[in-house]
Amino acid sequence: MTGFDTSQKPMTMEALPTGTTPGPILSVRGLSQRYQSRAGDRLVLDGVDLDIRQGSFACIVGPSGAGKTTLLRCMSGLLTPSEGEVLLHGKPVDRPPASLAVVFQDYSRSLMPWMSVEHNVLLPLRSKPVSKQERVERTRAALAAVGLSGATDQYPWQLSGGMQQRVAIARALAYQPEALLMDEPFASVDAQTRAELEDLILGVRAEFGVTVVLVTHDIDEAVYLGDEVVVLSGSPARVRERLEVDLGAERDQLSTKARPEFVALRTRVLGLIRGKNA
Amino acid sequence: MAFGSQVTTRGLTRRSAALALELVVPAAIVVAWWLASSGSTSLYFPPLSKIVSAFRQIWLFSHVGPDAGPSLEHLAAGYLLASVSGVVVGVAIGLLPSVGEALAPILEALRAVPALALVPAAVLILGIGPSMQIGVIVSAAVWPVLLNTADGVRGIDPQVNDVARSYRIGWRDRLLRMVLRAASPQIVAGMRTALSIAVVMIVFSEMVGSTNGIGYQLLQSQRAFDIPGMWSAMILLGILGYLLNILFRGFERGVLAWHRGMRGASD
Repeated sequence: MTGFDTSQKPMTMEALPTGTTPGPILSVRGLSQRYQSRAGDRLVLDGVDLDIRQGSFACIVGPSGAGKTTLLRCMSGLLTPSEGEVLLHGKPVDRPPASLAVVFQDYSRSLMPWMSVEHNVLLPLRSKPVSKQERVERTRAALAAVGLSGATDQYPWQLSGGMQQRVAIARALAYQPEALLMDEPFASVDAQTRAELEDLILGVRAEFGVTVVLVTHDIDEAVYLGDEVVVLSGSPARVRERLEVDLGAERDQLSTKARPEFVALRTRVLGLIRGKNA
Repeated sequence: MAFGSQVTTRGLTRRSAALALELVVPAAIVVAWWLASSGSTSLYFPPLSKIVSAFRQIWLFSHVGPDAGPSLEHLAAGYLLASVSGVVVGVAIGLLPSVGEALAPILEALRAVPALALVPAAVLILGIGPSMQIGVIVSAAVWPVLLNTADGVRGIDPQVNDVARSYRIGWRDRLLRMVLRAASPQIVAGMRTALSIAVVMIVFSEMVGSTNGIGYQLLQSQRAFDIPGMWSAMILLGILGYLLNILFRGFERGVLAWHRGMRGASD
């Protein structure tokens, strides 16, 4: 927590309902995950401990194959860890909770190609106790927030990759989760689209006041987006370091990335991933 | 805009060319048949004009009510029952691997019995009449639907299940809006095969154990040496098969529009 200046993050504090203590929304405690294989057990995650602050944008960064997706799947309740536990507001997560929404990496597989954009976003709301009118309104608002108001009647496969991932983000937003868990959400799009989507997610995060946990292998992306960066490394992976990002709430693709603090952080994260104590 | 309309015009031209071909070839065959058979004195290959007048006499429309009607009714009932039960059991097998493993030997054995071999037993057990006919259609046509559905459901991308679980989608929506839709290309392919099997089974069951129906009429004509009548029943079956295929294509177009579109988009 050293070097963490709260005055730079008023949003974190304001997002909390008055009267609650600013505890972590999500906690990971001693989480280990092993997979059975013919060569024997393979340990992927080894005793991961992690706290995600309410309202924070947390980026989990690590090399490919470091078990980032496994960690996110455990946090979302989709996967039961071999050891340890995940706590949501202090309560153990044993199945996907209603207050978490996941944005998967591969939009072409996570959207239903037989449904229009609108129905894709609306589908999860049908199982929620909300009126039909509210479902439609939430869907409309979420699609507007990602700039897809004009594409409601189209099918996902009629859209570009970046637009499809916007649909997936809209689906998550309409679900109105407390936290958004994103698994390498921008890994399958081109660089230009990626930058647009990064800024889009910063915008909707501010607009919807939602906690975001984003997994990525891209160090620049992690530092650019995050309020905090959690570095995973090693095999099996552990939390190597947790860094506060002092870049303020306003980020800009050009000027933020040119700032010496950004460059210093990026270098530090790269060193940590490579196993040096920078 | 100009480009778009040009494409549509070209598409229309191509479609009308295909339609013309679809009409011209059968028309040419009919004309050739008519001319070639016009002077025929053969008992087995009567002039087409005789067959047509027999057709008019029998099928327009005196035997539609007593024969064609029941055929189509039983065909529809048997086919729908086969499709529904095939989808239901296929989904259960596809979703629950243990059910699939438990049923696999029985299913394989039942499927290996030629469908036509069931008819004598069905006549004994269910007697002569609609229940026997519907029964043999179901027992023959259910397999392609069932096996294709099970395959389709097993092959659904695990990501679909992840989405359903993480967004806590209710079982009804999961089943009707996710599982069935995701497997629909295979299900529809199975239903297409099942339709032709069902037509074979209705005709055969009417020949063996019925007192009405197109198959019954066909066999009666043959036995009475009413050869034009026999041919006219075959022509009716051909026309019905063609119309059923058109109906099915319409159904497929509606259900699988997304699938065709998606494949077109990725090409």
